[in-house]
Amino acid sequence: MDLRTFEAWRGKPLEEVLYECRELLEDMTFPTVRRWREAGGKVVGHFQVYFPEEIVHAAGILPFKVCGAPIEAFQADSRFGSYLCSILKTSLELALSKRVEFDMFVTHPICDAARNLGAVWGRNFPYPCQILYLPQNANSPAAVTYLRNEYARLQRSIESIAGRPVTEDDLRRSLAMYNRNRTLLRELYALKRTTPWLVSADEAYVLVALGGLMPPEEHNELLETVLPQIAARPNKKQDKIRVVFEGGFCEQPPLDLIRAIARFCYVVDDDLLIGLRWILNDVPFEGDPLLNLALAYLENSSYSPVQHDLRKPKEKMLIERIRNSQADAAILTAAKMCEPGLEEQVAYLHALDKEGIPYFISEFEEKMTSFDHLEIQLETFVENILFS
Amino acid sequence: MSDGQSQDGIVGRGNREGADLFRQWFSELNRTAEQGGPSAYVFVMGSMCEILRTFDLPVVFPEINSLQMAVRRVAHEYLNQAEDYGYSPDICGYVKADVAVQLRGGEHPMGRIPKPSIAVLTNACNTYIKWAEIWERMYHIPVFTLDIPGTRAAGTQTWKGDPDFENDRRYVQAQISELISLCERVTGIRFDIDRLRETMSCVNEMSRGWKQVLEFNKSRPSLFNALTDGTIYLGVANSFRGAPEGGRYFTNLVDEMAYKAARSIGTLTEEKYRLTFIGVPCYPIFRRFNELFTEWGGTFVHSTYLWFASGGANLGFEYDLARPLESLAEGVLISVRDAMDSMFYQDRAILEMVDAFHLDGVVYHPIKSCRTTSTGMADNRRSVMAARDIPSLFIESDMMDRRVVGEAQMKNRIDAFFEGLASRKRQEATAQGAEEFQGREERTNGLHRRS
Repeated sequence: MDLRTFEAWRGKPLEEVLYECRELLEDMTFPTVRRWREAGGKVVGHFQVYFPEEIVHAAGILPFKVCGAPIEAFQADSRFGSYLCSILKTSLELALSKRVEFDMFVTHPICDAARNLGAVWGRNFPYPCQILYLPQNANSPAAVTYLRNEYARLQRSIESIAGRPVTEDDLRRSLAMYNRNRTLLRELYALKRTTPWLVSADEAYVLVALGGLMPPEEHNELLETVLPQIAARPNKKQDKIRVVFEGGFCEQPPLDLIRAIARFCYVVDDDLLIGLRWILNDVPFEGDPLLNLALAYLENSSYSPVQHDLRKPKEKMLIERIRNSQADAAILTAAKMCEPGLEEQVAYLHALDKEGIPYFISEFEEKMTSFDHLEIQLETFVENILFS
Repeated sequence: MSDGQSQDGIVGRGNREGADLFRQWFSELNRTAEQGGPSAYVFVMGSMCEILRTFDLPVVFPEINSLQMAVRRVAHEYLNQAEDYGYSPDICGYVKADVAVQLRGGEHPMGRIPKPSIAVLTNACNTYIKWAEIWERMYHIPVFTLDIPGTRAAGTQTWKGDPDFENDRRYVQAQISELISLCERVTGIRFDIDRLRETMSCVNEMSRGWKQVLEFNKSRPSLFNALTDGTIYLGVANSFRGAPEGGRYFTNLVDEMAYKAARSIGTLTEEKYRLTFIGVPCYPIFRRFNELFTEWGGTFVHSTYLWFASGGANLGFEYDLARPLESLAEGVLISVRDAMDSMFYQDRAILEMVDAFHLDGVVYHPIKSCRTTSTGMADNRRSVMAARDIPSLFIESDMMDRRVVGEAQMKNRIDAFFEGLASRKRQEATAQGAEEFQGREERTNGLHRRS
């Protein structure tokens, strides 16, 4: 469907474009999805972290990244127990409260909580809800074929929602669209690393996050317009430390928290919404597109606490991320009650101690509204590094 | 042999032999630790003992080690140590207790735990993966994740011959072959497929027995308490999986149940209320927790714990020894998938259980430590309550951490639950009495009219 769901930014100067983008991201009525549906389009919601959006896009359906929201879980609370991360509850709340409506929902076995979500969702909505079993044994030579066939199974489910078959050419067109999107996101992150004074952490975050709630065609147009303007900003370098932010792979910190960090630090790399940047290079067009997608997931991808891969010990990967971005320190965060994130923190802090890399440890929740205490602690941390 | 003599020998034999076997297993682990021998760290959902025993690898179940610490009321010492090391109060207590055991060089209240030579885990619980990563870092040992795809959506399980099932089975079978090669490298022992057939045969005997034992508890009165006796049986089901003693134990247990069923010998509880237990027990006050129910005449006739913590052995899947590797892949896939289903899609099974086991109530026990078993429990309960008029109780605590176990508060909730059950029984009796009275009246009036 050739539809533009977000027009407010067009023809405006950069600062106003960024303002409109932020307004859209914080609009809990999700106008892009609403407009898409009003035009007769269908929507597949997919939970964090990684999802092969190409398969949904190839069917002419809008893939929507379900990643919680800073809202109260009035209805969803009664579906869950007490000791649980917020993202699970607020994601379900988005659907129960009809802020967003789907035609299908997909979750993944990324953690013990998320794998329950498919069943919970399925009991509460009449449309298909399923788990996409991304392989947890990334080191088995059999994983690629298994995943290729698992993608084919998913494709059949999506075809039944779309009411039409998805051809290999459809998939190749989608691969091209998402390859372009990944290239643009890499350019944005290159700006963050090389000239972080040109784009703040919260601005970059907004630009990335919009990719989860609009068609890639539109997201590409937006990025193609703003990236050259950002690169041309006359901003001067400030006396801030360079940090890597780690812990945003699933539940997202409030935008104001990212902004608070940006006041003291240049966030030169991070794992925020890493699923949108999971595949590191272009996915080839030649041959079987599903096999190429499966290979890219396993062989040409980033890392996160919810994927076990013997080739990618997380602490080693974090240290690489810090070195590659020439960061002075790391901010190690985890969402409250996020078991994989909290467990990884221990490995990270011991590894960073060994390497002599300073770090700041914190927990967050998507609904946090007060950051005073955190700002004071962070300021002290930064001053210790700047004046040591 | 008189009936009295039989009773002396058979009734309670499963608990006595189970406790003996468990001590024996732990003594052997202690001996291995003292001698510095190799061992395999595994988990209850998909332990792969079938393979590991063919390589003479003693199996260590860290989940069982951890729960033993809670039952022996020393878990808090271990939890505190792991939290001092950096682990959050909000992560699994089993993991933290084990971290402390490792930091103490294997020191455990029941003896010493050997260091691992290899860790084998499935994805039935994601925490298994994170847990094994800790050993990987501590000991630099090979960690093998056997990835077992689960059910994609409620009621959509696929079976042999279906292309989706075959995709999953081929993936599992390929991984099993990789595991065998890894075990050969770790132990220096060449794989012997006939030894695999032997261990699989022992598992067949065990699975057959386990399924029958669970079925036997449809008896009225119930023959064993699924929470207390069931935990002993589970201990054997895991630690002796693939061993001849394990198979024999369950054959004997079936005999015991048959004997008790024929003579209507129930548990020690005077059975007033038949309950099912959903989740993991409250080990920090294990005995007292059970008493809070039995004091009211409540007994647990079933539990989802007996399904998932046996790795799905409740299905009674029996391997085809003529094609061992393919059949092992099928069996592991189907059984571990069922273990996962009993946590995520338990509402369907509970509804089937209500009539078959003559249930009076369902007790849900979500725990702080375990998101796998607890995340969907409230929603499962809503689903069961919407489908059937069956009373249920929802109490939160933990299986390790006594800081989140509030016994007094728990007792209040449990007492109120039983008061409700008692009131319901009275109302049912009154309604039944009224119906019978009305029926008699109608029959009498009918007779009068005819005459």
